[in-house]
Amino acid sequence: MHEMSVAQNIIDIVQQAVPPDRAPAVTSVRVRLGSLSGVVVESLAFCFDALVADTPLGRARLAIERVATACDCQACGGRFEPDGLIFFCPSCGSGDVRLVSGHDLQVVDVELDDVPAEQPPCP
Amino acid sequence: MPVITIERKVLAKNDEVATENRTLFARHGLFVFNVVSSPGAGKTSLLERTLELLKGALRVGVVEGDVQTDFDAQRVARYGVPVVQIVTNGGCHLEAKLVQDAVASLPLEGLDVLIIENVGNLVCPANYDLGEALKVVVVSTAEGDDKPLKYPGMFRNASVLVINKVDLLPYLPCDVEALQRNALQINPALRVFRTSCTSGDGIAAWCDWLRSRAADRP
Repeated sequence: MHEMSVAQNIIDIVQQAVPPDRAPAVTSVRVRLGSLSGVVVESLAFCFDALVADTPLGRARLAIERVATACDCQACGGRFEPDGLIFFCPSCGSGDVRLVSGHDLQVVDVELDDVPAEQPPCP
Repeated sequence: MPVITIERKVLAKNDEVATENRTLFARHGLFVFNVVSSPGAGKTSLLERTLELLKGALRVGVVEGDVQTDFDAQRVARYGVPVVQIVTNGGCHLEAKLVQDAVASLPLEGLDVLIIENVGNLVCPANYDLGEALKVVVVSTAEGDDKPLKYPGMFRNASVLVINKVDLLPYLPCDVEALQRNALQINPALRVFRTSCTSGDGIAAWCDWLRSRAADRP
């Protein structure tokens, strides 16, 4: 799978959004992950930790927010959350459905410490 | 605790390059499709039969993607079409940037159709837009009729299903009707062709469709 390149993309996005001197203060990177994104959470976290180790973002950890799959049935108009990866409307049995969520793979935000890490401690 | 809001798609960079590719293809009036399958389903064989039949009718260019070797590019080059090989060196799918760099060496202005043959893999290529008009998923009868149910993402994202190696059906436990039914359950809009690259069955119908799609392009 391609979790390593997904993790690198996440780091690139964080580096673009956070001023370089604030990178060491980043403690958490929130990522929204749909159940159809094809990304294995444990593998992504492992790759992320490996890539940020010994870098200014070394304290950052991934916080994964999972998004369930949701579908609109094109036959009866109902919305449902399917079990598994094959989508049948539980009301009318139709397989003609439009996916409304599940492919999500987004960096939502980052959390930083209040005090910049590089600021010298008070005497 | 301070928070910096980002709200950016992780694959946004790939999507941006895919959009650039799509613009480039539209400028040259190209019909572009992305062929995906598991390894050994017959993507390259289908291309060979297609190139044979379309010779003189359509000007086709090919982008080949593989983890290693340029074997496929060599096979396709025998049909006298411009071809470029992408070697991913372990990468499990093609990304838009790889395609963008590869097509720079193709004479796009002289082509009607561009075929991108993805890395053999029924998982990851489903998630990467390359700038194509549509995906064609190839599944061979030897893989079994349950493949669409086991890898639904790919069948959902494709517009066309080619069921290949139908000449082997007498020797296999594959129920081709069940295979097609399983695929259509996941994606009722799939256009289905049944082919054999060995006997040539179904290749003409597939090529007729391809010709009509190429004629429809802007």
